[in-house]
Amino acid sequence: MSMTAFAPNFEVLRDMDRCILCGKCTRECSYGVHQFSADHKRLHADEAKCVNCFRCVAACPTRAIKIIRNRQAVNTSTNWSANNLREIYLQAATGGVLLSGMGTTKSYPVYWDKLLINAAQVTNPSIDPLREPMETRTYLGRSAVPVRRDPAGKLINTLPPHLTIETPILFAAMSYGAISYNAHQALAQAATELGTLYNTGEGGLHRDLYQYGANTIVQVASGRFGVHRQYLEAGAAVEIKIGQGAKPGIGGHLAGAKNIGDISKTRMIPEGTDAISPAPHHDIYSIEDLRQLVYSLKEATAYKKPILVKIAAVHNIASIASGIARSGADIIVIDGLRAGTGAAPTQTRDNVGIPIELALAAVDTRLREEGIRNHVSLVASGTIRNSADVVKAIALGADAVAIGTAALVAMGCHMCHSCHTGHCNWGICTQTPELTKRLDPGAARDALVHLVGGWTHEIKEMMGGMGINSIETLRGNRLMLRGIGLTDAELKILGVMHAGQ
Amino acid sequence: MLKEGQIRIPSGCAISGVIDLEGGGVCGEEMIRSISVMHDRSNGLGGGFAGYGIYPQYKNLYAFHVFYEDQSAREECEKFLDRHFDIVNLSKIPTRKHPRITDAPLLWRYFLTPLATKLSHSQLDEREYVVRCVTRVNTRMKGAHIFSSGKNMGVFKAVGFPEDVGEFFRLEEYEGYAWTAHGRYPTNTPGWWGGAHPFALLDYSVVHNGEISSYDANRRFIEMFGYKCSLLTDTEVITYVIDYLVRREGLSLLEAANVMAAPFWTTIAQQEPERRERLTFLRQAYSSLLMTGPFSILVGFEGGLMALNDRLKLRSMVIGERGSRVCIASEECAIRAISPELDRIWSPKGGEAAIFRCKEEAQCQ
Repeated sequence: MSMTAFAPNFEVLRDMDRCILCGKCTRECSYGVHQFSADHKRLHADEAKCVNCFRCVAACPTRAIKIIRNRQAVNTSTNWSANNLREIYLQAATGGVLLSGMGTTKSYPVYWDKLLINAAQVTNPSIDPLREPMETRTYLGRSAVPVRRDPAGKLINTLPPHLTIETPILFAAMSYGAISYNAHQALAQAATELGTLYNTGEGGLHRDLYQYGANTIVQVASGRFGVHRQYLEAGAAVEIKIGQGAKPGIGGHLAGAKNIGDISKTRMIPEGTDAISPAPHHDIYSIEDLRQLVYSLKEATAYKKPILVKIAAVHNIASIASGIARSGADIIVIDGLRAGTGAAPTQTRDNVGIPIELALAAVDTRLREEGIRNHVSLVASGTIRNSADVVKAIALGADAVAIGTAALVAMGCHMCHSCHTGHCNWGICTQTPELTKRLDPGAARDALVHLVGGWTHEIKEMMGGMGINSIETLRGNRLMLRGIGLTDAELKILGVMHAGQ
Repeated sequence: MLKEGQIRIPSGCAISGVIDLEGGGVCGEEMIRSISVMHDRSNGLGGGFAGYGIYPQYKNLYAFHVFYEDQSAREECEKFLDRHFDIVNLSKIPTRKHPRITDAPLLWRYFLTPLATKLSHSQLDEREYVVRCVTRVNTRMKGAHIFSSGKNMGVFKAVGFPEDVGEFFRLEEYEGYAWTAHGRYPTNTPGWWGGAHPFALLDYSVVHNGEISSYDANRRFIEMFGYKCSLLTDTEVITYVIDYLVRREGLSLLEAANVMAAPFWTTIAQQEPERRERLTFLRQAYSSLLMTGPFSILVGFEGGLMALNDRLKLRSMVIGERGSRVCIASEECAIRAISPELDRIWSPKGGEAAIFRCKEEAQCQ
């Protein structure tokens, strides 16, 4: 074992009374933590390599392994955390940019936890979702159209194409390459079963998944990986990815090691090369350029598919969204500071952007002030962790939400923050064949269907509690929210009153 | 304590309405009798009436009914009205002393028409011009509140039980082809006359019993189109929604009802194709104007009345018909009080709009 400059994050405890030296842990751990001694009579752990992914703990047939946070005392001060020191040691050793997977680990405020939901009492009745219809179907797209009639006076349907989802929860963009084929297949099948949509992310769409096109949003990002005519036609909608919450201002990065086989074929780039998307779209240097791309994609898809524009929540998000709402886009996806990612420079992930709650509230308010809120639908993402978060997001003004991390966790992710290493022991965020086969796509699909189904039941319960039986009357219904422990500035931006008011 | 308009106050209520389809005279006194039997559905904190066809001598002029807190508010408002309208007649609204109606504001009535030059400079349609003037007074002018602004119709409302309010305003002296009435049960005591109902804009007046859970979604949507919800009541937002859908978007009242109390998607799916397409379009295009939670409303408009329940029918509402008379009320007793014998009595279904119009020639009389 090599000497380390800093204490490993975790300790690997092995109960030798239980261990039967079967060696399963050595085969399960892709990080190479567990090793047999030369004489095969003992098992050692190289704790420095451990990411606490829980794989060996779950796999051990005698429950002999336990991973705990390292008890080793680290000299810190008020200003210098153990993490600060660790990052410096790492960077001093390599000279590189620090990379991280998943969402930020810094403790920014989570406003979802500072918002409380209302319920009906006496003056109006709560509605029982077990006995009364409770509607969660959502239409995404522009709804502002002029009223026109035929000569007989019959209303003409002038609405542009919409997306119909049976529950206001989409699966967020995660590319084939960042996550495995099995994970993509599970998302596609779950979306189909749930009547919602998943999103290809920027890595193109595997031919075998074209059959789920009606429940697929195909993404066009700055790298244009895997973008071609059939791809655009395969999906129900096309998303232009400008930015993502975990790394606003920079493009995607898929390590060459993950760019193998069908992934390189799907992305239409040489095998083994790093797939690095440019930071901006080089045909979008301003808002008027975005309009041209929106209409290029509409032309390419014969005006039959809505166009989404995904942006990261940054400081002047309200004006940016206002510009996008006037660009011809049908749906705006806003991704917040705490959103997840397969790989991002740590400092960018941890310091750039603003929380989704504030961004969403600011955008919804601004679009209403400008009288154009119904020109677009809003989708919010970046730490939607449970059904209450969904309810709060919709009451703040979202039409729907998108979940990435929650979906990964449902499929078996244990949030070890090591997606960027490509060694995911759960077969989700890796392309190593012996690892990817660990994810059973059928079981993963069922888990996703259970999760979103369960959330939808809970959403209906909370809606009924408020006396609301249709999701559209929750949208932007901020009187249904109160803040708790928030400052005046925060309350003003969120557009809610404090609890007790 | 916060006043109405600074805080949202839910309230339960009683509503009643009557229309003569032949345009025959219905005396205000009948409406008082009808609403008075539902005394226990109000708590004395608001009552009011809207009468249609009550000003035949001025039927082509807008009739403004205004509350003033003091003389200076009146002077300021009248200066504004003078700048924007040709005032043909002005007077105090006739009232009588009443032991249970107290703290009355100044009550004035104006019959007026927009100044032609002002109107043409504004490049607005006449009704939009009137709406903007009314909104301006009600949102910007302290102590002045225009609570009735239609032609050949008028709203009368106050803090008190509705039957007392009717006596206070001497409604037995008015006759019209249609009336609505409202008794209020707010869960707070704002004691402000402007907070009583009906709420009216142009010739649309709304009385409402219920509490819509969709309130803030509806409010924040309708405010995009220049409306300012200054009272924070359901009735106000419902009135604006009807005005927006019917006057500005050109929908029929039935189509507007299909927006506000849209059928469930499962119901829409069962309709024949043409109806399904229409209902789908309306629900998608105006999804933020769907209203959930309990409501039963009576909408008065030039020439008719519309009754509408929320789609689950969480509030009672019955309709009684006798000859050319149609009575609509929260409770049957309010109908029997003025029309003991009925040809037919029925309850409209949840979300089913019942629209009654006078015969056109009758309206013109």
